[in-house]
Amino acid sequence: MGRNDMSEQANSQIQAASPSFETEVDILTIEHPLREAARMFARNKAAVGGLILLVGILILTLVVPFFYTVDPFDLVWAPLSPPGTENAPFGTDYLGRDILAGIVHGGSATLAVGASAALLAVVIGLSVGSLAGYYGGWVDEVLMRITEFFQVLPTLLFAMVIVALFRPSVATVAFAIGVVSWTAVARLARSEFLRIRSLDYIKAARSISSSNRRIIWLVILPNAMPPLVVQATLAVGGAILFEAGLSFLGLSDPNVMSWGFMIGSSRDYLMDAWWTVTIPGIFIFLTVLSVSLIGDGLNDATNPKLRER
Amino acid sequence: MANFSIIVVKRLFNAAALILAVVILNFLLIHIAPGDIVDTIAGEMGGISPELITQIRAEYGLDKPLYEQLALYVWKILQGDLGHSFFYDVPVVELIWDALPQTLLLVITALSLALVIGTILGVIAARRPNGAFSHFITVLALVGFSAPVFWTGIMFLIAFASFIPLFPPAGMADPGLEPGSLDYYLDVLHHMVLPVVTLALIYLAFYSRLSRASMLDVLGSDYIRTARAKGLSDRVVVYKHALRNALIPIVTIAGLQFAQILSGAVLVEAVFTWPGLGTLALEAILRRDGPTILGILFFSAMVVVIFNLLTDLTYNLIDPRIRIGSKE
Repeated sequence: MGRNDMSEQANSQIQAASPSFETEVDILTIEHPLREAARMFARNKAAVGGLILLVGILILTLVVPFFYTVDPFDLVWAPLSPPGTENAPFGTDYLGRDILAGIVHGGSATLAVGASAALLAVVIGLSVGSLAGYYGGWVDEVLMRITEFFQVLPTLLFAMVIVALFRPSVATVAFAIGVVSWTAVARLARSEFLRIRSLDYIKAARSISSSNRRIIWLVILPNAMPPLVVQATLAVGGAILFEAGLSFLGLSDPNVMSWGFMIGSSRDYLMDAWWTVTIPGIFIFLTVLSVSLIGDGLNDATNPKLRER
Repeated sequence: MANFSIIVVKRLFNAAALILAVVILNFLLIHIAPGDIVDTIAGEMGGISPELITQIRAEYGLDKPLYEQLALYVWKILQGDLGHSFFYDVPVVELIWDALPQTLLLVITALSLALVIGTILGVIAARRPNGAFSHFITVLALVGFSAPVFWTGIMFLIAFASFIPLFPPAGMADPGLEPGSLDYYLDVLHHMVLPVVTLALIYLAFYSRLSRASMLDVLGSDYIRTARAKGLSDRVVVYKHALRNALIPIVTIAGLQFAQILSGAVLVEAVFTWPGLGTLALEAILRRDGPTILGILFFSAMVVVIFNLLTDLTYNLIDPRIRIGSKE
């Protein structure tokens, strides 16, 4: 993510060089940073588009199942019926299961794995990174060696091994993805904590004898939050892609319908029935796209260097 | 230069420690795994007597204490022995050597294409950071990051192997062709197109974004302003002064990426049944062939460590600002 900063810097420098005629921000009235970020976010068309897209997907996966009650495992029509067939508007798969039902009922599993894997990655990464950055010295040395160790393991292969070891289920898949993808969060948290730890207000907190725990959780963490939120958002997208990849390779819970599972189980029929694989893929793509757009938007909104845009 | 050799020694030591850690992880994974070689053999023979189980355990050293088994395992790996495949019944090292060239062919071609084209696209985009082309690159990168790579591959398959059958859907070459003949190489080339394009696309998205950012960063620096102030032409400033410096981070990250791209190739190989390491790994997982999958995991991690080491040292050599404590 460090590369992002470079473009931001470059942009701000370029824009600083050209005269700006926008003077809508009054220096004397200072807005609450959260309100300001929300305002910046709302002005970003791509980010708002991403948010609307995500809300649509959430409605589809959380609300629509109550209205479209076809069981995704039920055999409803002739196998491999193309889209537009009566009873199955998105067609059926090789067993005759309704693809639309799979899309509607399978989304929640995909989103749940993505969200919980990302949460796990953020919890591990934040713990490791904050301790390493705050304490420094040998703590930093040991924790960074561990991080480096996890970085050299090829993520997909390692996750495949973990899932295969413990049998594929929603929990093991989420666990495996979380375990292999926390290192980016750890590195970011470490650099933020390292930077903030030497600032004056931390010295002030120490001078009134605040405990380390208090300084880490109540003083540094809120200030380190913006880039971490962005990273966490991107981690959700990454985890959804990861889950899809594992499912495609056949490493997903065979008893739970998910978008990845739909692609994985139809793998052998993709040349005869394009819709069985294409349709779930489009939904995965749209979900990840919406999350990436929101992540980029949050990044722009919370990063002061990009304000002139 | 004395400082440089200290760095080399430190990095070498670090790399060795990392590889040892991977070996220990592998060993632990073998022991966490439910069932061992005895179950596999028993399963193949369809029932087995308790005496025979003890005999097999002794034969494979499974009756010894754990630390002795670990020492034996490390010793074997030092000798280049990654174990014996349950499923294929050949040494794992042989399997890896057989699959590696195909994966390298795929990965190196895709990565080189992505690197060259991505850099060019990024540089063009950086010349007008708010122009239409620049926005196009941003959108391309976003789409490249958001689409599952195996799905992109499947879309290519459906489009260019099924609807318009321009390319073969699977494999690496027609089995009827004599390996080594010109026809054979042409056929491999024909089979390569779709997997290479699929793999290259994700990295193309990555490099075009990276080179655009890197270029913008350099173009905003003072010495570029100086170069322009001297009255140098735009072309000279962009391609001679800026590009050379903008390439440094791109090349560094390419080195680091090369290692990780090996695991990214797994999905693309699975889509196109390309006979490389990824297909081997997938097959090993499905057959529950422990030694093979762990052998591949170890091998890939070792490649990553070695590449990181090389990139790190090259970076130290080529970029004088990085050279720690150097007096030159």
